[in-house]
Order: sequence, then structure tokens, then C-alpha cells
Amino acid sequence: MSELIFEERADQIHVKGEGPFKLACNRESLAGAVSQRACVFCGSRVVLYPIADALHLVHGPIGCAAYTWDIRGALSSGPELHRLSFSTDLQETDVIFGGEKKLEAALLELIDRHAPKAAFVYSTCIVGIIGDDLQAVCKKVSAAKGIPVIPVQSEGFKGNKREGYLAACKAMFTLMGTGDTSDIGPLSLNILGDFNLAGEIWIIRDYFRRMGIETVANITGDGRVGDIARAHGAALNVVQCSGSTMDLAKMMKEKFGIPFVKVSYFGIEDMAEALYTVARFFKDKDPNMLERTQELVREELAVLYPRLQELRRDLEGKKAAIYVGGAFKAFSLIKAFRHLGMSVVIAGSQTGTEEDYEELAQICDPGTIIVDDANPLELSAFLKEKDVDIFVGGVKERPIAYKLGVGFCDHNHERKEALEGFVGMVNFALEVHRTVMSPVWRFVPRRAGNRPDASLACGSVEERS
Amino acid sequence: MSITEIDPLETPAPAPATAGPKPIKPKAEPFVSTTNACKLCKPLGATLVFKGIEGGVPFLHGSQGCATYMRRYIISHFREPMDIASSSLGEKQAIYGGAANLKKGLLTVMDKYGAGLIGVATTCLTETIGDDVPGALLEFRREFADLELAPVVNVSTPSYSGSHMEGFTAAVRAVADQLVRTGLKTDAVNCFPGFVSCEDLRHLKDVFAAFELPVTLLPDYSETLDGPALEDYEKITSGGTPVKALEAMGGAPASFEFGATLPPPGEAGTAGGLLAARHGVPLHRMGLPIGLRESDAFFQALETVSCRPTPRRHALERGRLLDAFVDGHKYVAQKRCVLYGEEDLLVGLTSFMAEIGVIPVLVAGGGRSGRLKDAVHAACEGLVPEMPEVAEGVDFYDIADKARELAPDLFLGHSKGYRLARELNVPLIRVGFPIHDRFGGHRTRHLCYQGALDLLDRVVNAMIEKKQTDSDIGYGYI
Ligand code: SF4
Ligand code: SF4
Repeated sequence: MSELIFEERADQIHVKGEGPFKLACNRESLAGAVSQRACVFCGSRVVLYPIADALHLVHGPIGCAAYTWDIRGALSSGPELHRLSFSTDLQETDVIFGGEKKLEAALLELIDRHAPKAAFVYSTCIVGIIGDDLQAVCKKVSAAKGIPVIPVQSEGFKGNKREGYLAACKAMFTLMGTGDTSDIGPLSLNILGDFNLAGEIWIIRDYFRRMGIETVANITGDGRVGDIARAHGAALNVVQCSGSTMDLAKMMKEKFGIPFVKVSYFGIEDMAEALYTVARFFKDKDPNMLERTQELVREELAVLYPRLQELRRDLEGKKAAIYVGGAFKAFSLIKAFRHLGMSVVIAGSQTGTEEDYEELAQICDPGTIIVDDANPLELSAFLKEKDVDIFVGGVKERPIAYKLGVGFCDHNHERKEALEGFVGMVNFALEVHRTVMSPVWRFVPRRAGNRPDASLACGSVEERS
Repeated sequence: MSITEIDPLETPAPAPATAGPKPIKPKAEPFVSTTNACKLCKPLGATLVFKGIEGGVPFLHGSQGCATYMRRYIISHFREPMDIASSSLGEKQAIYGGAANLKKGLLTVMDKYGAGLIGVATTCLTETIGDDVPGALLEFRREFADLELAPVVNVSTPSYSGSHMEGFTAAVRAVADQLVRTGLKTDAVNCFPGFVSCEDLRHLKDVFAAFELPVTLLPDYSETLDGPALEDYEKITSGGTPVKALEAMGGAPASFEFGATLPPPGEAGTAGGLLAARHGVPLHRMGLPIGLRESDAFFQALETVSCRPTPRRHALERGRLLDAFVDGHKYVAQKRCVLYGEEDLLVGLTSFMAEIGVIPVLVAGGGRSGRLKDAVHAACEGLVPEMPEVAEGVDFYDIADKARELAPDLFLGHSKGYRLARELNVPLIRVGFPIHDRFGGHRTRHLCYQGALDLLDRVVNAMIEKKQTDSDIGYGYI
């Protein structure tokens, strides 16, 4: 591998096959290294944001709320309160004298204005420092307005996104056990850890419906406060993505005895396996479910395969790099790329855990670079070194790929294409194909190299003019 | 549908009768919460300024989240890499102070990125815990006196007192304050253009060149945030104003400073004011050259400073602009427009819209300079039947509230007004920052005669398109 850029980060990078696997993770970002990571608040916001009939009030200065205004593609089939950006917009006097009064007044007026089913109040860095008593204010407003008003302890500096996930789970957990569960049947589940980006939850719910299962609560994409309050009545929790809602599943298991299974809806095997896992769980209650599920998978694959084969013809042998928020997603992506005849040569995440990375190292090919909490310098060096054809990441990664003349696929919370489910695999393959096969790479300087039609693209701008 | 729809001579629909403009704020019951802010936070403006200096790396002193969010936000407008370093404070540092992380971060950026300059902006967190950044920087220089250190400029940018525009202005001033050396002479004039697009910056450079005036632009991110496709990923994007040029700004023959709502020009206010007070550089302060008259003011100042007449090329551009004013006037006559965004930009755009005969009915900004109203009224003087309503410190909840009542024909502003424009079914002409839902927002030209012509084309075409879309027939000639 090319030389290390930041010696301090040596143990956060591993090349599969070079020595025994060991990767440091869940560590504070290196100061000055331009981490791709966000903060605790970001983690909470990601998880809770899609609950569409709740008020999401950011208690802090304006930026934290402004930068998270409607940036996610989480769709709702009904109310859209989540798409507004509410803030207490703290001013100097609030910082000096405390922001509790303003918070209370803001909550009261916003609840009057929008009549939400519940309110989440996010604390930001500054609130943690000035020491506003969020609990007390929320309690008071809750009593006055008769809806749950839930503080989310998400001060940004208290760690990375993972801590934010936990804070969000704790906040949601306070809702559970309060709703009526009498009409929930035995073949029922909750969807955890899916955010309904581009309507993905609707795809998954439909599969479950075809299997004969009722979905009680979507947590949190297209989520409703009332559903979450009765989620404890479901027979099973299906948890996607190891990061965001695993804590909630564990809490629910402990308190309500609801078992959970871990799944992924990305790619063919993982999607099918997710459905089979659920079917196996219910096989005693409904002996025909497994059969129905097989039928469903067969039907879907019959449509999917021929299309994939077509695309694969072009993509065979191309190389991909993955840098995503949670590491779990990377597993599915690696398998998905294999279906396209492609190999993954870089795999990394912002917030992977030790177990995540170990699993990742297992399924990667030898030579793959595995990295935790990377930054633009490292990512660009890796992309060049491995000469990849496509980079999968989020908004901040996109310009790195494009500057290097590398294709790109958005696979984060802002994506507008449904990538889950069997249909999602087709969408994914199409998107990969669109970018990898684009003619524009013929012309970019790094690729144009020895092409005769690219003489102008070589060398620096100065030399040309 | 009546046939008169295609008649360009038609009388425009009468404005809906309103019972006189209602004040937006203060309301009967003042709202304390903000819904869909019409502003961003203070350090964001500062990071853009530092990105406009050669070798410049913006550095946020605070926890990691702020830097990451701002990067994301800026990247989605410019579609370019925007690396912002952070001191990545955690819980311990938040309690015991962040100086150690700051120093460590600075070393990392100098060493690994090879920064030519680091611009440190504070965040709400470090302001609240009271970190002494200038003190930490002094210590830093002492501790590492044996190393060759890049210059560091710092600016205090607590978001609880001011928006991204105050952060922008403060960072420009901080550069003039901390970087400029006495006793240097230069032929280059200074230009502080404000927060304009990359295309605007390039156009400004052309204009100065046409007057044969060498210019030091602060900031100049026209290349760093709109770079060419290159062979390699640049650690630090090339372009930006050289630090050497900035150091010599005190010896410049003149400064041009744009912005109708900037703080008064004394030393404490702006870069131009500081250079005038401290180094005796004559200051030409004017609004952003948007529209005819504001551009005229700029060109007049250019004539004065350069002692030469406006070059033929630009005189012709002015002529063509006027010609287009006439050709297009009926399509836009008496259309009612809502404008929102940053204050300086708002004043310029309002001035331009009033010139072409559009009636600005609401001019709304999230900033709180206290100077917007006077500036807008001055810009509209003599051109409009009635002064537009001017609202400061508002959010999109307020703007929506008012706009529904005013029934405008079009919106002029950044992407954040999209939902409202969609609700009211009126065209939104995207200008300023941020533009997340269109391509090429950073390449939009607003300034000088050419920028005015670009804007005019877009406004007129938006009106024509609306007419075509709304018509059952779909006229091919309009
Ligand atoms: S804490 Fe302050 S600086 Fe950071 S994002 Fe929020 S408003 Fe901006
Ligand atoms: S202030 Fe804190 S909570 Fe807000 S964006 Fe910055 S790190 Fe996150």
C-alpha cells in the first residue's frame, strides 16, 4: 500500500492479507484531518427525523438546524412535519442567561401551530455547555399540552454518530408500551433501521404483506408516533443496518421480550435471506409461509436476473470502492457488486464497530483496503492506487471521485433512488452502469492518458494556455 | 382562456386588493421559534473567505459535526471538494478547553495538507466555553518557533450573534487586520466583492483587467470552488488570491467594497474601512453592481480610479443591456415579485427588478443588520408605485405567510424558496446561495452589465414560459 498519510491513523487502516486483522475504531477523529464524520446530534437526527407526525425541534444556534433541513430522502405517506426545520435559534442573551425560557415558548407555540403527535427536542453542543435542563422543560410542556415531549441528549461533542443513535433509541423507547396492542395479530413485526429513502420501506412492507405478515411500526421511515407507541405488541423486530436501531431492539427484547433478527435489504442474497429469516421465524405459526416466501423470491428473481445479466456483460471485471456511514451496509454492497462481476477493492466506514470490521475483513478479497474514519486525502490516494471504476459513498465523497475521474453512486441518506429490495438491486445495477459506462471518462485527464483524442486533456492548465 | 393572452399589449391583471401592507414583525404575538431559517451560521461564511486565498485551508475550532455539516452544505452548491479541517473537540476538550486540539490540528493541516494559510473560525461551542484562540495561536507560534509555520488568521464567529454573512464580512476584515503589513506598495487595487458566485468573481477580474487595473480580490474562490478537471486530486485546490498580494493590500491605490448593508466603514467595521483608517487606502464603497444603476456606479468608480473611460466592450454591453430592457419590458411590466436571501444581494436584485418594471412586493432576509430597509427603499426610489415591504430577521414561515397574502407572479432567491414557489405555482428564479436543486448555481452571473443581461433573460423567459404553460393552446410565438 502507498505510504501512510497520517501516522496517527496507522491502526485504522488495514490491507487484507497483510498481517493478522486488527483495526482500531470508534475513536475520536484526528484533529485537522478533515474527517468525513458528523456528530452525535447528526446520529440522532438521522434516526428520528423520518417520524413524520412528530415535531423535531433543534435546541441550539441556527446552523445545526439549517444544515439538516429536509436533506434526507425519507418519504412519508401522510403528514410531512418532518420536512420542516425547527430551531430555537439561540442568541447571545440566551447563551448568557440560559435558553430554557425560549425553548419552552418555542415548544408551546409550535405545538399549537402544528398539533404534532409528539415532540422531540434535540440538544446541541452549546446546550450541553450552558446546561439547560431539557428534561424539566420537556416534562412541563408535556403536561401542559398532553403529548409526549421527549428530550434527545445529542450534544454533538459527546462522541460520534453512534452515540447519537443510542440517544435516539432511548428517546423512542420512552414512547413504547403506551399504545393499545389489542388488535395486533400473531403474524406481525416491526421494521427497524429503515428510513424509507425513496420509498424503500413501501417495497419491503409489500414483501411482508405478500408473505402474510402485518407490519406494526416502521421505525423510523414513514414512521408515526402512534405506531411506535404500540410497537411492543409485534411478534418480531426486524433490524436493518447494525448501527442505528440495534440498541432499541435490545431494549425492546429486554423489556417486552420481543425477539429480533438482523437483516439487510440490499442485494439479492441478503434481501432473500431477510425474507427467509422472517418466514422461518413464523413457520410454526404459519406452516405455509416459507413456501409463499419462496414463491415470492422466485417471482422477483425471474424478473431481475435477465436484466442483471445484460448489465453484467459491460461491468465484468470493473473495480469498486465503498465508503459508507455504517459498516454493515458494506457487506451487502460487496455481494451486490459480485453479482455484477465487479470486485470491491476498498471498503470503509465512518462508524464501524470491531465486529463489523472483522466480518468485513472476512468477506473481502485479499488486497482490499479496509479503513475506519477516512478523510479526503486518504480516500483519494486509495482510489488512485487501486484505480477504481466506481466509488460508492455520500455527498462529501462525490467530488473526490469526480475530481479523480471516477464514477460515483450515492448510497447514503440523501439518495433519491430506491436501492433496497429486488427492484432496488436493478436500480443499483442501472446506476452503476450509467456511471461506469459513461463516455465522459474518456475525456478526463487522468483517464485520457494515452488516448490520441485526448491530447488537450493532458498536463496542467497552465501548460495549455 | 381569452385570446388576449398572447397580446403583449394586454393590461396586466390588477394586483389583488390588500388592506395595505401588514407588518411582518413584530406580530401581535411575537413568535420565538424559527421554522426553515433564511440564513446559515456564522462560521460558514468565514470558511468561504479562507477558501478564496491561495493555499488556504478553512479550519473550524469546535466539534467535528459543524465542519462536516458545512462541508456537505457547501459541496452541494458548488459540486466541488470543500475540505474544512476541524479541531474535532470531544467531551473532555469541551470541558477543559480545546487549545491542545487546536494546535495539534494546525500542525496536521500544515504538515499533511501543506497549507499556505490556515483560517481558524470559532464555533458556538468554543465561543461558549470561552477558548482564547488568539492566545492559543501565540503559544503555538512560540512552541513551534523552530518550524516553518504557515500564517494563521483567526476570526471569532459565534453563530448566536449573526448569520453567515456577518461571518463572511468578519473573516474578510480579519484577513485585512492580521495579514496586511505596513510599508508595502502595490499597483493592485483591492476589491472586496462580498459573497458572489464564481462566475461573478471571474467577470469582475475581466472588468478590472479591461480598465488595466491589477486587482487583489478578497476572497477569490472562483478557481478553488470551480476548478477544472485535472489529472490528480489536489490536496489544496489551486487558485485563490496569493498571501503576498493580501499582505500588500495596505499599499494599494484604492479599495472597492461592495455591499449596501455592510457595517459603517470605520476601522472596526469592514476590511475596506480598516485599510482606509489604518493604511490610508481610499475606499470606494458601493452596493453590489447588480442592475444598471449599481453597475453604473461601479464603472464610474473604475473610471475615476483608473483615469480612463469605460472600454468600448463594456460600453457596448451597457448599450445592449438597455436595448434588452426595452425589448423585454412588456413581458415583465408590473409583475409582482418576492425576493429573499442575503441582504446585500437582495438590495442589488431589488434595484434591478425595479429598474425593469417589476414590482418588488416583499424583500425578506434572515439577517438582522438593521440596514436592509433603508437600502432597499433607496434602491427603489422613483421606480416603483409603492415601496416594497421589507422584512429583516425572518424565516420561511414568515415569508410564506406573507407571500400567500401578496399573490406574487414570481420569486427571486435561492433554492430554499422552492417549496413555497411550488405551493403558489409561480416561477422561482434561482440566484445566490445555496442552490441545491439546480445545476450550475455557482456559475450564475449576477454582476455588472453582463450579469444584468443574464438575469433579465432569465426573468423574461420565466414569464414567457409561465404564460405558455398556463395557456391551453401553447403559443409558438410570444
Ligand atoms: S454549533 Fe454553531 S457553528 Fe456549529 S453548526 Fe451549529 S450554529 Fe453552526
Ligand atoms: S454544534 Fe454540535 S451538535 Fe451542532 S452540528 Fe456542531 S457538533 Fe453537531
